[in-house]
Amino acid sequence: MSEELFEAMAESILEGEDDEAIRLAQEALVRGIQPLDAINLGYVPGMEQIGKQYSCGEAFLPQLVLAGEAMKGALKILEPEMVKQGVGRELAGTIVLGTIAGDIHDIGKTLVGTMLTVAGFRVIDLGVDVPVISLVEKAREEKADIIGVSALLTTTMANQRDVIEALEDLGLRPGIKVMVGGAPVTRDWAEEIGADGFSEDAVGAVAIARELVAAEE
Amino acid sequence: MQPKVTLLSPDLISQIINEAFQLLLEPGIKVKHPEARAMLVEAGARQDEANEIVMIPEEVARKALDTVPGHFTLYNQEGEKAVQYGGDAVHFDPGSSGVNVLDPDTLEHRPAISADLIKVIKIAESLPQYDAQSTALVCSEIPKEIGDLYRLYLVLRYSRKPVITGAFRAENTEIMIDMLAILSGGRQALINRPRAVFDVCPTPPLIWSQFGSQNLIDLARAGVPAQIVSMPLAGVAAPVTLLGSVVQHAAECISGMTIHQLAKPGSPIVWGGAPAIMDMRQGTTPMGAVETALIDAAYAQVGKSFGFPTHAYLGASDAKLVDYQAGMESSTTALIGALAGINMISGPGMLDFLACVSPEKLIMDAEAIGMIKRTLEGVRVQTQPLAAGMYGGIDFKGGFLKQRLTNQLFQKEQYLPSQVIDRGSIRTWQVGGGLDTFARAKARREELLAGYQLPEIPSDQEKELTQMVAGLAAKAGLDKLPVLNQ
Repeated sequence: MSEELFEAMAESILEGEDDEAIRLAQEALVRGIQPLDAINLGYVPGMEQIGKQYSCGEAFLPQLVLAGEAMKGALKILEPEMVKQGVGRELAGTIVLGTIAGDIHDIGKTLVGTMLTVAGFRVIDLGVDVPVISLVEKAREEKADIIGVSALLTTTMANQRDVIEALEDLGLRPGIKVMVGGAPVTRDWAEEIGADGFSEDAVGAVAIARELVAAEE
Repeated sequence: MQPKVTLLSPDLISQIINEAFQLLLEPGIKVKHPEARAMLVEAGARQDEANEIVMIPEEVARKALDTVPGHFTLYNQEGEKAVQYGGDAVHFDPGSSGVNVLDPDTLEHRPAISADLIKVIKIAESLPQYDAQSTALVCSEIPKEIGDLYRLYLVLRYSRKPVITGAFRAENTEIMIDMLAILSGGRQALINRPRAVFDVCPTPPLIWSQFGSQNLIDLARAGVPAQIVSMPLAGVAAPVTLLGSVVQHAAECISGMTIHQLAKPGSPIVWGGAPAIMDMRQGTTPMGAVETALIDAAYAQVGKSFGFPTHAYLGASDAKLVDYQAGMESSTTALIGALAGINMISGPGMLDFLACVSPEKLIMDAEAIGMIKRTLEGVRVQTQPLAAGMYGGIDFKGGFLKQRLTNQLFQKEQYLPSQVIDRGSIRTWQVGGGLDTFARAKARREELLAGYQLPEIPSDQEKELTQMVAGLAAKAGLDKLPVLNQ
């Protein structure tokens, strides 16, 4: 009977119905289904499918964002149970994300977060106008693989360099990789400041994040 | 009769304005500037200080809006009237703040430097289709602290035309006003005959940042025209519906104008913007999308219903080359903006979501603008009767070329394009090298640059301006200003 529940879970992701995703997660716990099974056999296939549909132009950003929200809703129910059991889900990696201090541009960074969530990363989004030290501290605390720093202004872009320098000062490099992005950010800039990854867009950011994590392993 | 597009019925305009006033109360406007909040509160608004939110009642905003001038004029270097903001007058200026240029030979997008900006200024100066200059490019070799004022410096040195500009940092607004004042003969002279408009941007949705608010206040007090560039991003940082974004645009403009007028009633300010839809496949903000142009045309109609001067960002393309997409998006959106009677349309010359400027595209866009301005003139009654008096001696032959009237009137009736537009026969085209539009624009670029002449600026003013900018450049770590050629 779990099969039907798993299918419904995938469907709730595809439809972007967060209430339904949450309800199904609760139902799974009541029925004694392992939370890890619910994630891996129910929700993740839904995320994979919507990701594929997006890649070939059949699904669009609003669907992707809603799918991400539904996924987050389900995880909120299932993760405490997993903590109790002492099990963890298989992650593509952990990434701390934020728009750099002085810059309040939210959209591109949030989109990258959604895409990474869809791709199976644990994303800790610290929001906008994030001080360098907060990014670094959080990454250390969460044992993150990557810090992703966004900047949309040529004036705040310079602060991306500070993140790398702070990591170096604290001896956290090269363990924690740094990805940079944002409208004025170029490959040359990323190279100049010694960033590990750069992408023009959210889809590319996922590929870069995967490469960085794979290189680490 | 100037042809027009109107997208909104009077009822719909009323509803948009009513909902905008509702947004001013709920959720309110986030104003991240204590002095601006204090001014609003003193005028009768309520505030949630902890969250920096101000709730502005309609009557408070309306009282401030009542003092916004419906018209103002921009003057050129010689002090002559050049641009009329207000009513249905339509003007064009190049897009601004690009960071890259399209190299016409390698087709690379590379970071812009001073020489590129100078080239763009010279070209815009030489093309009568452009009524004003913009500070079109950010020069990558110039320290960021002076990036904004340095662009203005180059425009003032190389152009006579009015300027659409803006500051990147609050402390530079006053400096840029002082630069303009040097050439105008003092601050009061600049107020009397403004040469420039300064763009000021709210942050969507419904936020006036510390910097944006400060800019509004400084410009109002200086009496220098401000231009609100509200950027609802439909479906991301604004409602997905075009009308929803128009409501948000109105709320951002009304709140900004209220702050501005409270700082100094009667200072000139423009109802403008650079909204866009979001491409739901790519996550980009297409400036060339027709829906983007529809938002602009609609908000312009709302602004006009108040009697405000208007501005929009149109005539740009998201293409990476100057190709069919570039021409189609640029001319379609520019035409919609012109038919909406928008006073200043910024954007020509631009590619790649306003990131890149192509001097050649600026030349090609000028032809589109020529045709658009001709469209705005409509069909006019040049003779009475219209035709019946012109058949004497014609005898069923094509003899109209011989009529004096033809010679007298053809230039009034027809826009005469430059060589960029190919209207030759196939053989003429072949003999000319079989060039495409882009190649013809390159040739025209050389002609324009060869014919360009530096404006004559009184030497004491020029010296004062250059000394001022050189001093600021030195402070920012730039030993000397780049050598300016002729």
